[in-house]
Amino acid sequence: MAQEKDLQKIFEEKIEKEIKIEPKDWMPDEYRKNLIRQISQHAHSEVVGMLPEGNWITRAPSLRRKVALLAKIQDEAGHGLYLYCAAETLGKDRETLVQELLSGKAKYSSIFNYPALTWADIGAIGWLVDGAAIVNQIMLQKTSYGPYSRGMIRICKEESFHQRQGYEILLTLCRGTEEQKAMAQDALNRFWWPSLMMFGPSDKDSAHSAQSMAWKIKRMGNDDLRQKFIDQTVPQANFLGLTIPDPELKWNEEKQSYDWGQIDWEEFYNVIKGNGPCNKERLAARQAAYDNGAWVREAATAYAKKKAERKTKDAA
Amino acid sequence: MERKDWPLWEVFVRSKAGLSHKHAGSLHAPDAEMAISNARDVYTRRNEGVSIWVVESKYIHSTQESDVESMFDPNEDKIYRHPTFYDIPDEVGHM
Repeated sequence: MAQEKDLQKIFEEKIEKEIKIEPKDWMPDEYRKNLIRQISQHAHSEVVGMLPEGNWITRAPSLRRKVALLAKIQDEAGHGLYLYCAAETLGKDRETLVQELLSGKAKYSSIFNYPALTWADIGAIGWLVDGAAIVNQIMLQKTSYGPYSRGMIRICKEESFHQRQGYEILLTLCRGTEEQKAMAQDALNRFWWPSLMMFGPSDKDSAHSAQSMAWKIKRMGNDDLRQKFIDQTVPQANFLGLTIPDPELKWNEEKQSYDWGQIDWEEFYNVIKGNGPCNKERLAARQAAYDNGAWVREAATAYAKKKAERKTKDAA
Repeated sequence: MERKDWPLWEVFVRSKAGLSHKHAGSLHAPDAEMAISNARDVYTRRNEGVSIWVVESKYIHSTQESDVESMFDPNEDKIYRHPTFYDIPDEVGHM
């Protein structure tokens, strides 16, 4: 008992002194649980996030757009892998993590339950969804858990192209015909509020926020991150000549930041509960990918086994 | 061997000729060949490397957190192992 108390103290001192916690270090069970939840949710989001974009690969308007979109989606698969590996260092194996996604036990970002209806949506996803994710991930580079922090550093390095390719798509549409510009505006109208919801509930209503901040898993609260995203995004919308669908949005000279309206939290919780426009479709697509990929996993295993046996035979 | 038994591999990448391999991350694969091929896709999508090592995680031995004091602390009082410990007049120039 006394020993656990010492370990707790060592852990807290490390958090205090900004020394990263590593997989073999002692950590409180709740810290471990909290991290597994957050990192696996983050991994699932990368993987499910490939689906709305995947629909547009064959319909990309040019080869340049197509290779960029393919590269972005491939990155997301890679980012999912970095994150699954980080989660696994905490003692939960990959298969269990994947099954928790498929059974609906684990969550993923609610934004991916919205459909990508037009090509402009691919622009909006890159600009707003990746933009919001980057704000969050830049903060997470300084998270207290070593493997998560290293994964975030790698992901941030790779992800800035995602946002730029999205913005470039919208810029092209906004400089095109009236119809194309209207398509860009429509995408912004549909993606603006769900993008703000990506930062999660207000800190005062968030189940995990306070503890995550105390343990330095998160370094900034949901509300501050959301505000940061709004402040950096509004001028970018202005440059495109698009209108952000929030009549209350207004520059506040005193705060040096934007005032803005109200998020429809009922919509947020409804989507999280499984009632968004695409929840069922997304999970069905993941399940199909898992089932249809079974033979590949089996073949890889059989091939490795055969090769190992041949090697032993040759040696004999 | 089911997929859930695919071993974990640690991936080391040499970023360019002349530098050491550096730990990049880990992944699961049924054998070394597939581990290398996956490592190429996962860790070197942007010219990050010219050479990849993979090693099954179970073969890596490491110091324990409890060893830190006995392993590393004794270095702290051996400041005479550093060049700044020695007083050389400025007139001598860079040494």
